[in-house]
Amino acid sequence: MALMTNPTDIQQENSPVYSYRHLLSIEGLSRFDIEKLLDLADEYVETNRQADKKHAILRGRTLINMFFENSTRTRTSFELAGKRLGGDVINMSVSSSSIKKGETLIDTAMTLNAMHPDVLVVRHADSGSVHLLAEKVNCSVINAGDGSHEHPTQALLDALAIRRRLGRGLEGLIVAICGDIAHSRVARSNIHLLSIMGARVRAVAPPTLIPEGLERLGVEVHHNMSSGLKDADIIMMLRLQTERMKGSYVPSIREYYELYGLNSNKLKMAKPDALIMHPGPMNRGVEIDSELADDIDRSLIREQVEMGVAVRMACLQALVDNQTVPWAKNQS
Amino acid sequence: MLNRKLFKNARLLDPSTGLDQIGSVLIRDGKIEDIGPKVFIDTTQEDIEVEDCGGKCIAPGLVDMRVTTGEPGSGHLETLETVSKAAVAGGITTIVCLPNTEPVIDDMALLEFIERRGAEVGLINIKSYAAATKGSLGEEMSELGLLYHAGAIGFTDGDKAISNPMVMRRLLSYSTVFNSIVLQHPEVADLVADGVMSEGLTATRLGLSGIPPVAEVIMIERDLRLVELTGGRYHVSRVTTKAGIEAIRKAKKSGLSVTCDTAPHYFALNEDAVIDYRTFAKVSPPLRSEIDRIAVLEGIEDGTIDAIASDHTPRDQDSKRLPFDQAAFGVVGLETLLCVTLEAVHNGSVSLLKALGAVTVNPSKILGLEAGELIAGRDADFVIFDMSVAGRIQAENFYSKCKNSPFDGRPVQGRVLKTIRSGKVVFDSNPIG
Repeated sequence: MALMTNPTDIQQENSPVYSYRHLLSIEGLSRFDIEKLLDLADEYVETNRQADKKHAILRGRTLINMFFENSTRTRTSFELAGKRLGGDVINMSVSSSSIKKGETLIDTAMTLNAMHPDVLVVRHADSGSVHLLAEKVNCSVINAGDGSHEHPTQALLDALAIRRRLGRGLEGLIVAICGDIAHSRVARSNIHLLSIMGARVRAVAPPTLIPEGLERLGVEVHHNMSSGLKDADIIMMLRLQTERMKGSYVPSIREYYELYGLNSNKLKMAKPDALIMHPGPMNRGVEIDSELADDIDRSLIREQVEMGVAVRMACLQALVDNQTVPWAKNQS
Repeated sequence: MLNRKLFKNARLLDPSTGLDQIGSVLIRDGKIEDIGPKVFIDTTQEDIEVEDCGGKCIAPGLVDMRVTTGEPGSGHLETLETVSKAAVAGGITTIVCLPNTEPVIDDMALLEFIERRGAEVGLINIKSYAAATKGSLGEEMSELGLLYHAGAIGFTDGDKAISNPMVMRRLLSYSTVFNSIVLQHPEVADLVADGVMSEGLTATRLGLSGIPPVAEVIMIERDLRLVELTGGRYHVSRVTTKAGIEAIRKAKKSGLSVTCDTAPHYFALNEDAVIDYRTFAKVSPPLRSEIDRIAVLEGIEDGTIDAIASDHTPRDQDSKRLPFDQAAFGVVGLETLLCVTLEAVHNGSVSLLKALGAVTVNPSKILGLEAGELIAGRDADFVIFDMSVAGRIQAENFYSKCKNSPFDGRPVQGRVLKTIRSGKVVFDSNPIG
């Protein structure tokens, strides 16, 4: 049900790409919503490869990047996306914000809201915080990662990278998500998105890193790499999020690498042409062998970064288009 | 003589005697003089004020065995005056305050302060626990004996578990000297860790760190061994899980001196109440699964759970309008205790007298109070309520300073009409009519 229209057509027809006011989570979206966003992003991948990458879709609009957690690639990606669409982009990082002076999240949101931004892109260390903020502002909000909850644009860019490389949809693919599922917002968004799109999702990790009740999301849970990677089409490696861990979840880094790190030996269990993905930043020698990460044929890691900009341009366009139509729903 | 008043044509409900009959209550000088289907008065002899209750219910004034106030230390959250007003609006005439104030009530002077302030307000009967350990730090025993004689109703570290088993052993053992009671917050702190809601699918979906339900039963089972060893009197404050209830059921059968309570949110809500990161449903222990919720109702009905306490914990907007991880635990509950408890009666989970017993005579007996019964000679503390009138809980109308109720907007059946304390009307829902 690909809707092949180019971005400008969509504006002219004023037809909805995405009918919600915010993008807070993948959970709650339909297959149709996701496909339309991916189709739109596909267009931007092409225009981003041209010398002139500039559009006017966001002209006169203001995008504020609010990152309460450190980030390089996601923040830069949103910044580029906003600028390529012709918007004004402001970056706020936690070190320069008044959050450190004891202002609450809601106060900060209200202050920024008074400046009439059109889109807020928010990353925060607490699950649900972006949701809370979205309730208090008039503009659209994009969740750029909240605690261990969701990181929707990451899942969208992962899907786009797979779709483009394989030249097909995600139905029936076996996707193994490996590593620190418990603390990963990327894992949650991907589990929802892949399930919605008809892929078979596996979670591969030691039991201490598998959150309770995960199998009830339709995920096959594996505790060792050989069964988890067996016949997999896609292997998504996750970073050990030591900053979110209280206490020890694995005995040591070297044991973790030995049992759960991806190397060429373990990779043999997967399909011969299986692809490797990683949301970054990578810990080489912890969850992934350095050589594999750099293997152009097997690794999608660089494409993921490229897709990131295109997907975020699509999301920004979809939300801004929506602000002019009266039927935009409130949530999600 | 004046000061006699007759409340007639009321449905008298007294769980302590199993009374459920239309009848009258005669009060004199703040005491119940007579009660029953046939109360004799000679109206020719004296002029008695008579109030026709029109078939509405009269039950003992509620006894709430677990209330957090802000006094001393956090008067901006709740004072003994606002807590009293909230209590009477909920049909409650006796409350027992937790010692987790600032400073912690671990000293006789502080107990006397609470008692004096409570008497000054004069609306309800205010009692207090004392901290089981000095500063509620869980290390050294408080002066149990001195505190007991100064009026401490029991010993607890409030919302902190008494973690050290040696400390717990000594508390249970030493408190037998006064036949006093030790109340435990049933959670193993190391298993709770940084958890903010019950562990399970909902927590996983929301990306929130979970508190495993076994944290409760492990603590209860450990303590029960110590009760067996020491012969102490032990009370589990807020039992919330099926396994925890089962452990207590078994212990009671084997004759151990154990009692427990729960709170309305544990049988009226489950963990799904926090979906959308609703911090007003963030409580400690956390809301549990549907299976646990049903087990709590069964525990009340079969008597395993002795009491229902409001677990009233006032929190202001600033501590709740935060990301879920950062928001404070706790809900207010004085004004919703009766109507949410009645919900369990209306939906057929618990019989009326069982439910009322859990908010009147049972907590009173556990704590050795003279309250919660409609008996001649006792203080005339009772509540007149309408069993069936429908309405909605409206937190904005609460007398409590804080409005952090998870029940705001909930449709309920049953309403407090009047609250009588020592024969005086201390709350009237319709003061004009």
